[in-house]
Amino acid sequence: MLNQSIHPPLRAEYEHVLEPLSDVSVETALPWQRRLWQQGALRKALILILLAVMWEVVARLENNDLLLPTFLETAHAFAAGIADGSLLAKAGISLSLLLRGYACGIVGAFALTLLAISTQIGRDLLDTLTAMFNPLPAIALLPLALLWFGLGNGSMIFVLIHSVLWPLALNTYAGFRAVPATLRMTGRNYGLRGLRYALFILVPAALPSILAGLRIGWASAWRTLIAAELVFGASSGSGGLGWYIFQNRNELLTDRVFAGLAMVILIGLLIENLGFAILERYTVRRWGMQH
Amino acid sequence: MTKTALELVRDDRIEARGTLPLDTTATQRLLEVDGVSLEYRSERGVTRATHQVSFDVYGADRFVLLGPSGCGKSTLLKAIAGFVTPAAGEIRLEGVRVDRPGPDRVVVFQEFDQLAPWKTVQQNVMFSLVASRRMGRKEAAAAALDVLAKVGLTKFADAYPHTLSGGMKQRVAIARALAMRPKVLLMDEPFAALDALTRQRMQEELLALWDDVRFTLLFVTHSIEEALVVGNRILLLSPHPGRVRAELNSHQFGLHDQGSREFQATAQRIHHLLFEQAQSHAQSHA
Repeated sequence: MLNQSIHPPLRAEYEHVLEPLSDVSVETALPWQRRLWQQGALRKALILILLAVMWEVVARLENNDLLLPTFLETAHAFAAGIADGSLLAKAGISLSLLLRGYACGIVGAFALTLLAISTQIGRDLLDTLTAMFNPLPAIALLPLALLWFGLGNGSMIFVLIHSVLWPLALNTYAGFRAVPATLRMTGRNYGLRGLRYALFILVPAALPSILAGLRIGWASAWRTLIAAELVFGASSGSGGLGWYIFQNRNELLTDRVFAGLAMVILIGLLIENLGFAILERYTVRRWGMQH
Repeated sequence: MTKTALELVRDDRIEARGTLPLDTTATQRLLEVDGVSLEYRSERGVTRATHQVSFDVYGADRFVLLGPSGCGKSTLLKAIAGFVTPAAGEIRLEGVRVDRPGPDRVVVFQEFDQLAPWKTVQQNVMFSLVASRRMGRKEAAAAALDVLAKVGLTKFADAYPHTLSGGMKQRVAIARALAMRPKVLLMDEPFAALDALTRQRMQEELLALWDDVRFTLLFVTHSIEEALVVGNRILLLSPHPGRVRAELNSHQFGLHDQGSREFQATAQRIHHLLFEQAQSHAQSHA
């Protein structure tokens, strides 16, 4: 048979002795432009500058201070507001109220999710309550809250809790359920039960989802607070940022309205980039759970 | 006391069960699995995973549960760990009934995600000691470094798990389990997800560790070769549902006997025991 006569030739074996590479560098540094471009903060700053320039150009073309003040005018009003302390004081009032509501919402969400993972009825409770209340805008509850708690911080904190509780509970619960079975068994293997099990295994393992929930809750609370102050004015005697915006609009000081809005945006950026981003870098990113 | 003396004694006992010679060098019976039937629920109903399985594990045994997939060996291991409650029968550790997971029976799983990603290698090992309230933090840190040195991971004590290779992650899991000094170390196909070369090295290291520490090991695998190399005694389980087919000795085989005729013959014998029946069964059905 012809096929059987076809076979590869027998070749000699050989070995190479590998000398260490001395003249070739294994790593080369990137050019400085590339390294600069890799700085996330720089890229984001560039986007902000671009937006500001666009704003300035559009406002100058429009040429109507009452409708759209220029970027520079707004910046001036902002600086003046910071200098005389009025803007910072208003921001302080809003933030302190926000933090109180946020903290209460977080405590409530954790209590609800812990109940949900430990008992069947708790799970049903969470399912039903989130389905009922998550779509309900917090502002819609404010008239009722004012009726119950009166004109004061109490009613504000009530609507803030409502705006934080449901999205956070939903995310945390989803995160708990996604914890790998192996990790759960490992925790139980070492004798962890109840609250210790939740704190040492479930919470860190579900942290990516919890952080997402905290972010959504934060934005939702901030939005609710400003809107509540805008619609119902100074419900707590001395108003916050929303009240500041509302008052200046009534007096047609549009540049100060924009300065107030800028403050809201600035605080949002600060919390996002300093608060959550740093929290993420030192937790879920460092642990390789998120990239 | 030499290793051979210990094995001779144990061999005697196996030859003539019940007429146990009183010898202080021999270890005592540690774990009893007594007529254990396991079931798991699915949407379609209850499936029996094992049926009246009984065996005994003695101290310092390297006891292997071997069988094809579907013989319930992993479920059996989970029952010994306390994650699954037997439908019938009883599991006793030193005479005490097993009814929940506990740190005296530590499991090393096949999956790499058994390590907490939010803790470094050292913290992972410490965690088990602190969580089970065995030691304080300081003491646990020292014990963790000690056991990490045993598995050769001292340099990686401060690394996070996601930066390690699969073999290194398994070494951390083994170190964490060993640090607990469990009465039984339960391993559920711990090397199955590793490449062949790493697996062989891990088997070698496990045997060296056993030589050093003399822990009691219960090892689940579906590889006949791995069972012969790792174990000193092998329980063969038949599938659907899992029942005991045989219990064999394999203490005479080490990593370097794999080519030997005796090793091949035993592997053949096990293969027959596991699959011959299944084949004839299939034929009678056809």
